[in-house]
Amino acid sequence: MVDPNLPKFDTLSLHAGQHPDPATGARAVPIYQSTSFVFDGVDHAAALFNLERAGHIYSRISNPTVAVLEERLAALEGGVGAVCTASGQAALHLAIVTLMDAGGHIVSSQSIYGGSHNLFMHTLPRFGITTTFVDPRDPGAFKKAITKDTRLVFGETIGNPGCEVMDLPAVAAVAHDAGLPLMIDNTFASPYLCRPLEHGADIVHHSVTKFIGGHGVAIGGVIVDGGTFDWEASGKFPTLTEPYAGYHGLDFAEEFGPGAFIMRARAEGLRDFGACMSPANAFYILQGVETLHLRMPRHVENAQTIARFLQARPEVDWVSHPDLPDHPDHVLAQRQLPKGAGAIFSFGIKGGREAGRVFIERLGLFSHLANVGDAKSLVIHPASTTHQQMDAAALEAAGISEGLVRLSVGLEDADDLMGDLGQALAAAARAVAPKAAE
Amino acid sequence: MELKVGGKRVFAATGGKDFDPALPCIVFLHGAGMDHTVWALQTRYFAWHGYGVLAVDLPGHGKSDGPALTAIGDMADWVWALCDAAQVKEAALVGHSMGTIIALEAAKRAPDRVRGLGLVATGAKMPVHPELQAAADAGEHKAYDLIVDWGFGKRGRMGGNQAPGLWMAGGATRLLERGSDGALGKDFAACAAYDGALDAAAKVACPVVVIAGSDDKMTPPKAGRAVADAIAGAKFVTIDCGHMHMVEKPGETLDALRGTL
Repeated sequence: MVDPNLPKFDTLSLHAGQHPDPATGARAVPIYQSTSFVFDGVDHAAALFNLERAGHIYSRISNPTVAVLEERLAALEGGVGAVCTASGQAALHLAIVTLMDAGGHIVSSQSIYGGSHNLFMHTLPRFGITTTFVDPRDPGAFKKAITKDTRLVFGETIGNPGCEVMDLPAVAAVAHDAGLPLMIDNTFASPYLCRPLEHGADIVHHSVTKFIGGHGVAIGGVIVDGGTFDWEASGKFPTLTEPYAGYHGLDFAEEFGPGAFIMRARAEGLRDFGACMSPANAFYILQGVETLHLRMPRHVENAQTIARFLQARPEVDWVSHPDLPDHPDHVLAQRQLPKGAGAIFSFGIKGGREAGRVFIERLGLFSHLANVGDAKSLVIHPASTTHQQMDAAALEAAGISEGLVRLSVGLEDADDLMGDLGQALAAAARAVAPKAAE
Repeated sequence: MELKVGGKRVFAATGGKDFDPALPCIVFLHGAGMDHTVWALQTRYFAWHGYGVLAVDLPGHGKSDGPALTAIGDMADWVWALCDAAQVKEAALVGHSMGTIIALEAAKRAPDRVRGLGLVATGAKMPVHPELQAAADAGEHKAYDLIVDWGFGKRGRMGGNQAPGLWMAGGATRLLERGSDGALGKDFAACAAYDGALDAAAKVACPVVVIAGSDDKMTPPKAGRAVADAIAGAKFVTIDCGHMHMVEKPGETLDALRGTL
């Protein structure tokens, strides 16, 4: 009996995409802090520019340090390739402009990161790309919203900030029946907790600033191409299936098959839009990737402990974490995220906005800032910060109430975190309680 | 470009340039279960350097109509029928793995039409592990995983692609998953049944380069060397890679081919 013996997730986290540096023997990934790379000759240069040969030209298009991170993330997500970008938002933009032109339409979950919502709702329409937002829990709503101009179905593995878990196979089936790819923002889960490509998604997007980097030191993004979508059979994606004058008539699907999307994203998108990741940032992110498989279980364990702690506190109205049995998506989460539904979740504090203000200001270990997925625990009030550009209707649709507080649980001792939360909750309750003497 | 061979639709990539039959032609022949895209980083170079390139999808593979052919001899005859359809009188043939024995057999059957041979990962015999054959016949994903496991060398298994950002194992897996039902099993059976490589090699009179992978478990270097030794004047080149030269070491593979074709 023979069985495949392919390297597994933990091993890939440390080794995929890299070998000891042939010039120096360096075991760690070197930071190739160079804008450009010398050609062997005129013919070699011309061949690189025309995609006749593989290699690095200029660090806006590719860089050896960044390429290691790209390969590693593609390996961890189970894709065919990846492109890293200056930020998660740059990655999202790169994917969209690779897939569609003015006149294109997106069907998106309404429970997404506020920055993504801004891009879809306010910025892309200036360039002729519109979006219809739907309930991520209703695959039928995705189907109804698809038009002849739709080019992408989009959602998040775990919604932001409401923790809605999207039924990935069901929404993927809706997308594929309409000849469309499904792209998933997997930032909240990381590939350790969920690999959307295995559930039917075709493209995965991350802000690698978050759990993948894990230490809050570098901004970055990535798109991973699953290589699963048949662009030619769909017939809706001329950027991938028709000759491109920008490379002397290159037809990406014909030349590169399963890698068509990611090749075009790099060859055109990084070349022309230029939102590349710096090699130094790639190095920082790589340090995080090497311990992703060790950090995520602790993040999840701490988050589950704290979610249960908050549920038992009298100052708390509700707690929304998919690992809690009363969460509406609990069963789905157990199937799609069997190692845990992440470490970012929300809860409602009694006493509304004022109680929330006092609570956040009294916290000591939790840092009040606009980020998630750090090794350190974080807290934010989405209605006044990350999602403030959304109007009342959009906030309601996304499940964001004025009293909603979002936590990103870090790697500290859980007892210390609960102690910090407990004293802040008590202070918030005192601040909004009727004064006895009055 | 699309051609018709025996009434069936055949796809051949032309390296990003319109095919001109008046130019020296190179026909690229993929291995078992694969398609023309494995040659992306060789074909574009030749097409933009004065050659007419036909990187074919064999019948039942990629975008060519099925069914897949079941004997190497039939595939060799098909190569010349394809050249007839493309109005090509003489061609160099470049094959990978199964494609190498198709090329050898085609050269034997029409020696006056062969300008040169590039044999990438070859051997006089291509036996297939019975469990791999069984998994391929059953359409099990295990067959793809075994090919990826055995196909890449120690370095290639961990990536380090010359093409930035591409994960080779993932690309190979997707390519195999895209294959039509049964084609991989038929290809393997055809490889295992073919016994004519050394006989064909002895009759070759054109320039030949045999390119082996130093870490190739499927067609080890000594197997390639035996084929090269059977061909008068053949050049033998070893590259530091496994069985998937064209993606593990695309530049070195291209340079080895350029030196002979």
